Amino acid sequence: MTTPLLAPCETHASITDKVSAIVLERPTGRLWMLAFALSFVLTAWLGVGIVWLLVKGVGIWGLDIPVAWSFAIADYVWWIAIGMAGTFISGGLYLARQGWRNALNRYAEAMTVCAVSVSGIFPILHLGRPWFFYWLAPYPDRMGVWPQWKSSLFWDFSAIVAYLIVSVLYFYVGLIPDLATLRDRATTRGKQVFYGLLAAGWRGEARHWQRFETLNLLLAAMAVPLVFSVHSMVALDFSEGLLPGWHSTIFPPFFVAGALFSGFAMVLVLGIPLRRFFALGDFITERHIANLARLMLAAGLFVDYSYASELFNAFYSGDRYEIAHAMAELTGAYAWVYWTIIGCNVVAIQAIWFERVRRSHAALFVIALLVLIGMWFERFLLIVSSLYHDFLPSSWGMFYPTVWDIAFLAGSIGLFFLLFLLFVRLLPLLPMFELRKLRARLEREGA
Amino acid sequence: MSTLHEQGWLARFDHAEALLMAVRELRGRGYTQLEAYTPYPVEGLAQALGPMRNRIPPLVLLGGLVGGFGTLLLEWYASVIDYPINVGGRPDASWPAFMPAALEMTILFAALFGVVGLFFANGLPRLNHPLFDVPCFEAASRDGFFLWLRADDPCFDATLAHDDLARLAPLAIERVGR
Repeated sequence: MTTPLLAPCETHASITDKVSAIVLERPTGRLWMLAFALSFVLTAWLGVGIVWLLVKGVGIWGLDIPVAWSFAIADYVWWIAIGMAGTFISGGLYLARQGWRNALNRYAEAMTVCAVSVSGIFPILHLGRPWFFYWLAPYPDRMGVWPQWKSSLFWDFSAIVAYLIVSVLYFYVGLIPDLATLRDRATTRGKQVFYGLLAAGWRGEARHWQRFETLNLLLAAMAVPLVFSVHSMVALDFSEGLLPGWHSTIFPPFFVAGALFSGFAMVLVLGIPLRRFFALGDFITERHIANLARLMLAAGLFVDYSYASELFNAFYSGDRYEIAHAMAELTGAYAWVYWTIIGCNVVAIQAIWFERVRRSHAALFVIALLVLIGMWFERFLLIVSSLYHDFLPSSWGMFYPTVWDIAFLAGSIGLFFLLFLLFVRLLPLLPMFELRKLRARLEREGA
Repeated sequence: MSTLHEQGWLARFDHAEALLMAVRELRGRGYTQLEAYTPYPVEGLAQALGPMRNRIPPLVLLGGLVGGFGTLLLEWYASVIDYPINVGGRPDASWPAFMPAALEMTILFAALFGVVGLFFANGLPRLNHPLFDVPCFEAASRDGFFLWLRADDPCFDATLAHDDLARLAPLAIERVGR
């Protein structure tokens, strides 16, 4: 006996009423206010950090030679990775005709948009002279300067820009019918105007729906290769380098798997409390949570395989620098980071094999949090372990984070939650029209 | 007074099958200017309403081609014509290295063309529409299934059309565009 995708008692009307009431009628809860205040404080800290960085330069971070990349790039890779699962859920599962995605895709896409927006801050600030970031774009300037087309850094830039714009478009297009629902159900003039402008006059005409569905399908079909390419480009930034630990062909698939892994973890971390506080159990059923847990486990096992493969290749290659790098990871100055990663990303997720753990939301929440922490450390180690311990002992050195490194990490988490909390209050958490369509499909299949 | 093509009768049905049947019935009677409104995409409804132009796929393809080949052309122009620079003896036109950015721009432009095309083809944004003045039309975004028989239909006769609609046993019939 499988749990239903949608509680049988829910009708077209009740789906619409319940989901739109969260935005339109439900008063702003105390818990939301508290979370918002906390996120706001953290974001303010980030704001102060950015101002100070613009005044003083990137020297306020703990960066130095030899570790010239660290927190900022780790934060960037971590955030953009978290975005990936949202696109995969809305795009990949859509193409695979997985009906259970319908309850998840809206907030997962919102998560993507927030995470990608946050991630974009880091590479720009890391440039040193962030106000010249537009030099990366090809535009006719008086100096006759073009971007370096052959550089993976430029590929990365074009990938982030494309990814950000496409995810925003995909998110917005999918929202239009639901915005129209909110417009029609809003009772105050202000809300009617707000949602009315956003809905752009959507009426739900059959031929409009037809074009809308065509476009959604095409966007999904393009979003999936896009996310895979974005993360592969991020990985190429590293593997184009000659340093031991970076110069590896496993990086693109490894990064993609890691991205899905941390993304699914974030979908769980956001979904479990949302389901509880907004009583969405009828829509996000046990089956959704268990499926997400399985996906997280699958992506995690691929990541674990990559860890094993990295070590195996280092020793199998016989390259003394690769071996030294591997040994430094296992026993060097950052060995504690490595073993934390193993604990979070390898050991902790094995619990998901057990049905009892998959049924326990508290356990899944904790595992997902551990995965997020583990994946951040993994991004950090990936960057620092190759830099602090390269070919020459004379150029070895350590990285110590400053208070500003912490501020940017904590502040970015604050900014992400600030954006996400605004989404929760202003836009429908679940895609109402897709749930109505799912309802109709389930009825047809049941009949 | 709104123009003829924004008038007519709006009938509400209680489920998608009833609406689909009604559309087929009225099409059978020779009506052509029909529009149907549903809270979610109903399979086969657009086809039942008559032939339609769905130019989204060719537009998306065009956008992709423009983005992809445009980027390749820009990269080739910049590195071969405008600013050739010898990096380690590699060829100026390094097609493999040009591909990643071209791939990203293919997807970006395809998506942009598709979204703009969707708005354009659907006649959006259109913030005001006579249908919005019809009481209960807001149910179209909740659980209402509507059929609009437009007054610019060659077969349209206000009384006859009303009777034709009434025979289909809708929940309600309202006048559009007074």
